[in-house]
Amino acid sequence: MNLYELTISSASKLLNEKKISSVDLTKAIFERIDKVEPKIKAYLKVLKESALAEAKESDKRRKAGKTLSKIDGIPLSIKDLFCTRDVETTAASNILKDFIPPYDSTIVKRLKDAGMVMVGKTNLDAFAHGSSTENSDFGPTHNPWDLDRVPGGSSGGSAAAVAADECLGSIGTDTGGSIRQPASLCGVIGLKPTYGRVSRYGVIAMASSLDVVGPITKTTEDAALLMEIIAGRDPLDATTLDVPVPKYSENLDRNLKGLKVGIPKEYFTSGMDKDVEEIVKGAIKKLESLGARSVEISLPHTDYALATYYIIQPAEVSSNLSRYDGIKYGFSTLRKNKNQALEEVYFSSRGQGFGDEAKRRIMLGTYVLSAGYYDAYYRRALKLRTLVKQDFEKAFNSSTSGVDVIITPVSPTPAFKIGEKTSDPVKMYLSDIYTVPINPAGVPAISTPAGFVNRDGKNLPVGIQIIGPILGEEIILQVSHQLEKAINIKQKPDI
Amino acid sequence: MIKKDDVLLVAKLARLQLTDIQIDKFSRQLNGVFDLFEKIDRVKLEGVAETSQVTGLENVLRDDKVVPDKSQDILRNVPYRKENLIVVPKIIAEKQ
Repeated sequence: MNLYELTISSASKLLNEKKISSVDLTKAIFERIDKVEPKIKAYLKVLKESALAEAKESDKRRKAGKTLSKIDGIPLSIKDLFCTRDVETTAASNILKDFIPPYDSTIVKRLKDAGMVMVGKTNLDAFAHGSSTENSDFGPTHNPWDLDRVPGGSSGGSAAAVAADECLGSIGTDTGGSIRQPASLCGVIGLKPTYGRVSRYGVIAMASSLDVVGPITKTTEDAALLMEIIAGRDPLDATTLDVPVPKYSENLDRNLKGLKVGIPKEYFTSGMDKDVEEIVKGAIKKLESLGARSVEISLPHTDYALATYYIIQPAEVSSNLSRYDGIKYGFSTLRKNKNQALEEVYFSSRGQGFGDEAKRRIMLGTYVLSAGYYDAYYRRALKLRTLVKQDFEKAFNSSTSGVDVIITPVSPTPAFKIGEKTSDPVKMYLSDIYTVPINPAGVPAISTPAGFVNRDGKNLPVGIQIIGPILGEEIILQVSHQLEKAINIKQKPDI
Repeated sequence: MIKKDDVLLVAKLARLQLTDIQIDKFSRQLNGVFDLFEKIDRVKLEGVAETSQVTGLENVLRDDKVVPDKSQDILRNVPYRKENLIVVPKIIAEKQ
């Protein structure tokens, strides 16, 4: 087996047994990157020199018996939405090109303190606006299973890098599906934790009431391992929850006998590819064979969740992106012409610095928040958000014989072709139809590989979504782990 | 229905300079998005509370402690500065 094919947990074991060194492992990753990265383009920045130095330090610590954690010496990648001290952080946008953060985001700091080897910063849709990574101002990432197809988005670079063995795991963000959908389209694990479970400090903000940080990995166990490091309260993010972090990775072997699985009928209507639906249903059967019991449930406001999301999200985007004004940091026409008046600087810096999708969302958000439309759109969406959230609360409520987990598809189709949806934003938005309702509700959900469908003679991965109640990361990780073992996918992309 | 004038007004409010091609394109595309919103009128929402965040946390305070000053590092990214000051251009332009 090649070292780059290792999982975090298997590499960690080999490192502890002194069978491999972090330097060997890191070198293997960079050899792999040299080989496949020209085709995949998962990274915006590869940090070979510093990564090898970090690996050397890790090996030194291990020799001295001072290993920091289970991920000490493990090569990971970070979505380029996370501020990294002294390392350019762009959000894949021209407006932040050359931006050098003066500090680390909390999650990067925690991973560094745990001994991570940072391989590089991965590509994304600019400002995490998108479902295909095609909105990156620096070019699209390609799906390792079919280079003509998208890896999903917005954390498409992270998912593709993990699927192509260009790192052992990655950290992404999810506002409406940006971890789960690329994980599904690339055949890897993607966990969107409960809102507030993981710190957002130093993550370039998209929609602050919906944004969450989570792992993208090769196995459920690896996602559990990373969660143990990244989850927990952060004094620098006032929305983080002050709740103890379970040892997720030690409690994965749960017997699923008697587990009650809810299948929401609203997620199995028209619009889904037939063979994708078959895979989702096959996964449910698999869980039944492990002792779970499935019941049909209703999440009656599902139909309104997409509209609710596409009002609240751009409203928050327009507010968050107002900080890019050409005065404080980032792209500015002032750098070339110091005689511009203030308004000119605003209009020209934002006009030239933002890409089309950011502009669309800023305008949508500005519109739904503007006088005369606030009540009709934004306020109605906030009320609908209550109903969407209550749908999930009711489904999980144990006093009304609630379910333990809910299972749905992640995406109505497998990976689509590059360019297929770029001219029609609505078509692109609809590819998130099964993932967006989760974020307004704040509940956790994981995308787990469940099988393959064939398109143009190529096998494309399909994931299923396992949704849990607020702070129910433990149970969805357990179900995902059992399903992963039962399905036992061995196939790797041929790049 | 979003008209060209709406796009111009919103772009002005959002301080976005747009080209003529963008104005036409965005007018068309934003209409498509607003079609998605039509159905929200079908739900009865009287008496439903608004949800702007899901944690239920309120008044989260930090310790009143001095932390290291990062202003020099932060100033590094400023497009136009004079020593430790951010230069902000004139708010009212002079008549040409």
